[in-house]
Amino acid sequence: MNTGQKNSPEQYISDTVDLSVDLGGLRLKNPVTAASGTFGYGREYEPFADISRLGAVIVKGTTLKPTPGNPAPRIYETASGMLNSIGLENPGIEVFLDIHLPYLLERGVQVIANIAGNTFEDNETLGAMIRRQSGVAAIELNISCPNVEKGGMHFGTDPDMVFQVVNAVKKVTDLPVIPKLSPNVSDITIIAQAAQAGGADALSMINTLMGMAIDVKKRKPVLGNIFGGLSGPAIKPVALRMIYQVHKEIDIPILGGGGIMNVTDVLEFIMAGSSAVSIGTANFVQPGISVQLINELADYMVANNVAKISDLVGAAVYK
Amino acid sequence: MSVSQMQGMVIENVQKNSGWYEMEISIPSFAPCARPGQFVHIKTGAGSDPLLRRPFSICDFDKDAGRLFLMYKLVGSGTKWLSSVASGSYIDIVGPLGKGFTCPDPGARVILVGGGIGIAPLLYLARRLTERNCRLRIFYGVEEYHQLSALNKFERLGVNIDVATHDGSAGFKGLVTDLFEQKIVSEKADVIYTCGPEIMMAKVAAVAAQYQIPGELSLEEYMACGVGACLGCARKLKAEDDNFVKICKDGPVFSFSQMKFDLN
Repeated sequence: MNTGQKNSPEQYISDTVDLSVDLGGLRLKNPVTAASGTFGYGREYEPFADISRLGAVIVKGTTLKPTPGNPAPRIYETASGMLNSIGLENPGIEVFLDIHLPYLLERGVQVIANIAGNTFEDNETLGAMIRRQSGVAAIELNISCPNVEKGGMHFGTDPDMVFQVVNAVKKVTDLPVIPKLSPNVSDITIIAQAAQAGGADALSMINTLMGMAIDVKKRKPVLGNIFGGLSGPAIKPVALRMIYQVHKEIDIPILGGGGIMNVTDVLEFIMAGSSAVSIGTANFVQPGISVQLINELADYMVANNVAKISDLVGAAVYK
Repeated sequence: MSVSQMQGMVIENVQKNSGWYEMEISIPSFAPCARPGQFVHIKTGAGSDPLLRRPFSICDFDKDAGRLFLMYKLVGSGTKWLSSVASGSYIDIVGPLGKGFTCPDPGARVILVGGGIGIAPLLYLARRLTERNCRLRIFYGVEEYHQLSALNKFERLGVNIDVATHDGSAGFKGLVTDLFEQKIVSEKADVIYTCGPEIMMAKVAAVAAQYQIPGELSLEEYMACGVGACLGCARKLKAEDDNFVKICKDGPVFSFSQMKFDLN
């Protein structure tokens, strides 16, 4: 008889190193999350990974009413990156709460809802609909989508608006509120400070960088929506720089991401000041990457005598 | 359907007279239930450029031998990388993905219409249909006879193909849709399947509608995730539709009745 108990990867990890992090009152068992819009509602990735092992799944951005999204083509590959102009296509908050959320909760997934109201009032309404009672762990407030005419980035580039919308959502929900910041500003620290003053529990950064591509044969823009958001390894240096800058100026934790493809990238984001990381475009390339990175992060910690991953947060930041 | 991510070993990767490539891959763990019309998503290149996977129709699949067969043409950086892969190398494959062609009743009378590299998914479909004792009639259009290098694979199935070439270098001179339109009168088909340029599939669907024969076609679009998560490969099947379908998950196969072509 085999007397040796076989441990699950999770047990193995928790016995040897501490991967858990605090994200503004939200406890994550490890710092790896799946970024909103790149992971659907989780189920699409179940054939490739045990999604319940993730620190959290940040689901597709939710509007109040169903949103059809932008005209095709919506995506285009660029050098080490991709442009997207999905336009927040989603079935609306009710379908999310009634169908997708229970599915994820039944599987033991920690869910962060991403809300993306078209108006100030929509964000308030959405915030009020998503409370602790619903089973959601936190709200990521999308004030940075570059692909919608109303709301989106419009909120995220004006410090007064950022303060007000964060403050309004904070008042109506009992969950941690994590605004997702737009990189399409000249000084991101001003926006970050406004979000913090508005009561943000943590900051998510960065959303995509606005860009475009031209079809030279047709002599017109490639994307149906003309502009799109650039993601992938191409934006990683920009994301790191912004997280580094913001970490120096604010006191709340950062959920960092932008082109993370491997464990070295994860470590760079943590050392630049991210308490947790979000994996986005990499999910499209390696559908099991997010869970794989948890294991690789644990391996790194064991090999480098890092007992707690939280000890590395901001390790490279000269304050 | 059991989709997974696997390493497949390239057995052969050669450029044919057509200019197109044929690739045979040993992939024993590939889902035996893979259907004609489904696709695989392949990581082309080891680094981040090209970044995204590339979708390829399953051209043929031998589940007993665990062999996957692809046909592709050089389009951009992804297929350029793929064309350089040597025999014995491993490539990273996700699949089978998407919705394939629906299976007609055993013994059904079936017409297949392929154009150019769009013939690829029709080979595996023809194999499955002959296993179901369907009566097959295949129309295949290319620009000139060199592009007919896939023909012998159909002949090995024991099915007849009517060929059309633009330059008249083999078979009917002209468009395959004209050939199809001439022949359909006497065919009494139960169902039609087509894959090729959209302008060709639009014509096939229009002729099929005249004769009230149902059918299916296969679409393509830039894709990122391939699994229905990113919502990137969206398109409206009819201009008046409110919603966008996702080619990767709702398709790539759609019925003629779902579509209204806008070929401007």
